[in-house]
Amino acid sequence: MRPLTEEETRLFFEKLAKYIGENIKVLIDRPDGPFCFRLHKERVYYVSEEIMKKAGNISRDNLVCLGTCLGKFTKTKKFRLHITALDYMAPYAQAKMWLKPNAEQQFLYGHNVMKSGLGRISENTVKYSGVVVYSMNDIPLGFGTAAKSTTECRHTDPGTIVCFHQADIGEYIRSEDTLT
Amino acid sequence: MEVESSSSDEPRSIAVEKAIEVDIDPGNLLVSDSNEISRLQLNSNPAEYLKELTRSNTQLLINRIFTLPFHRVDDVIVAELPKPTYVLPRSKPAPKARPLSKWESYAKEKGIVKKKKSRLVWDEMVKKWVPRFGYRRAEAEHAKDWLIEVPQHADPYEDQFEKKSEEKSERVAKNELQRLRNLAKAKKVVVPAAKGLTSKVKQSKEELLTAAHTANKATASLGKFQPKVGKLKPLKGTGKKRQFEPLINNQEKAKNLSVLDKIMNKKPKIDVESVVSKSVGSGNLKRKGQGQDNYGDDEDGGQRRGGRRGKQMGTKNSKIKKGPAKKGSFKKGRASPRSGPKKKKN
Repeated sequence: MRPLTEEETRLFFEKLAKYIGENIKVLIDRPDGPFCFRLHKERVYYVSEEIMKKAGNISRDNLVCLGTCLGKFTKTKKFRLHITALDYMAPYAQAKMWLKPNAEQQFLYGHNVMKSGLGRISENTVKYSGVVVYSMNDIPLGFGTAAKSTTECRHTDPGTIVCFHQADIGEYIRSEDTLT
Repeated sequence: MEVESSSSDEPRSIAVEKAIEVDIDPGNLLVSDSNEISRLQLNSNPAEYLKELTRSNTQLLINRIFTLPFHRVDDVIVAELPKPTYVLPRSKPAPKARPLSKWESYAKEKGIVKKKKSRLVWDEMVKKWVPRFGYRRAEAEHAKDWLIEVPQHADPYEDQFEKKSEEKSERVAKNELQRLRNLAKAKKVVVPAAKGLTSKVKQSKEELLTAAHTANKATASLGKFQPKVGKLKPLKGTGKKRQFEPLINNQEKAKNLSVLDKIMNKKPKIDVESVVSKSVGSGNLKRKGQGQDNYGDDEDGGQRRGGRRGKQMGTKNSKIKKGPAKKGSFKKGRASPRSGPKKKKN
């Protein structure tokens, strides 16, 4: 476990900023005690400083995880967000998509979102920006990348993809043993 | 108080009562008391209780010492302590066994066992027992080799004695080298001579690279002013080591915020995507019209190019427009732009 280097922090924030933009500041500067980002086994954890200090006593080999895993660095040093980060992304999301009830299952099985399944979309969603996907009754289901901007969405056929799937809460069951 | 003072005045009894006999090791002057500690007394007056306990145990040790045989040395009575029985733990770890030399490890792997050889061997030539090695061996050798036959195809003018001694000194040198190599291997020292070019027929890529680096550094200034040779890859393990910040540091938040600021300020002022998407209704149509004007029926190509670099296309188009009028010649592939204006005229 160690703090992120400047380069790692940049990569991580750049990815996170696609979803929550300036709101990263809220995660860094929290009123309820200090929180920090820590790298452990190539994964980035968001953890309160108090827990981090306690975890500092545990040797690297024995430490499985701490706090909340936000994502991991791939071997080519790109950052991938994990579904576990959804709890921190959903409240601050800038672009959102709401799915119709019959499209929810498709998304939760790891498929992209079609225009036909799109219930609502937040205004001025930019193409290829990160979006958080909700069900119609405002339960966050996952996140992805907008394949079309809001205006483009209006004019497309129902069969076109409007959101590329990245992560969904179905992963808690599908890849239960790899999520940490 | 009275009892205390009286006891300190008179000598106290040397007899000590213990529920369980204490273990005394007079060799180490060690007493180990396995009796239970009275918690009540320890809690009420710890200093006094510990002092009393220590005294009684010390008394027992001294009692034992007085039973030992003693004698007088220069007006001093000296007791003879027996050998210590208690095994004291080492303060340092036990020394490790010497690592095996290259031959030893090979012999172990192959199951070769060293055989005891007799010191003297019978020499048929001199009819005598001569030592196999060491003292008087050289003498025996000399007595045997007072004459050497010149081999069949050897140079007749070559000194065979000199050749023999040279071979011997070479063997000694080789053995010394191997000894040093084993020593270096045991101490995990990188032998500098082994890093250069070796006398192999075909060197590997890595070996050549190390050789090149060694040669580059082999100057008085350790290669500091040496010009770079081609595209020499840096050697493995010579780069800078990564340094990470401590686990707990106060500047972390400020650093994170500054990184965030940098990222947020880096974003382009004009968001091309949003501008494009806003003007998707009107702007795009307009451009399409332009494209048709210039390219005529070649609609697909015109759109694709237009989407990527509008400005360049504009200049190109103007050239194209002028082109046919001036030169009158055009490539076949670009026939379509020509047809555009024609259509317009029609």
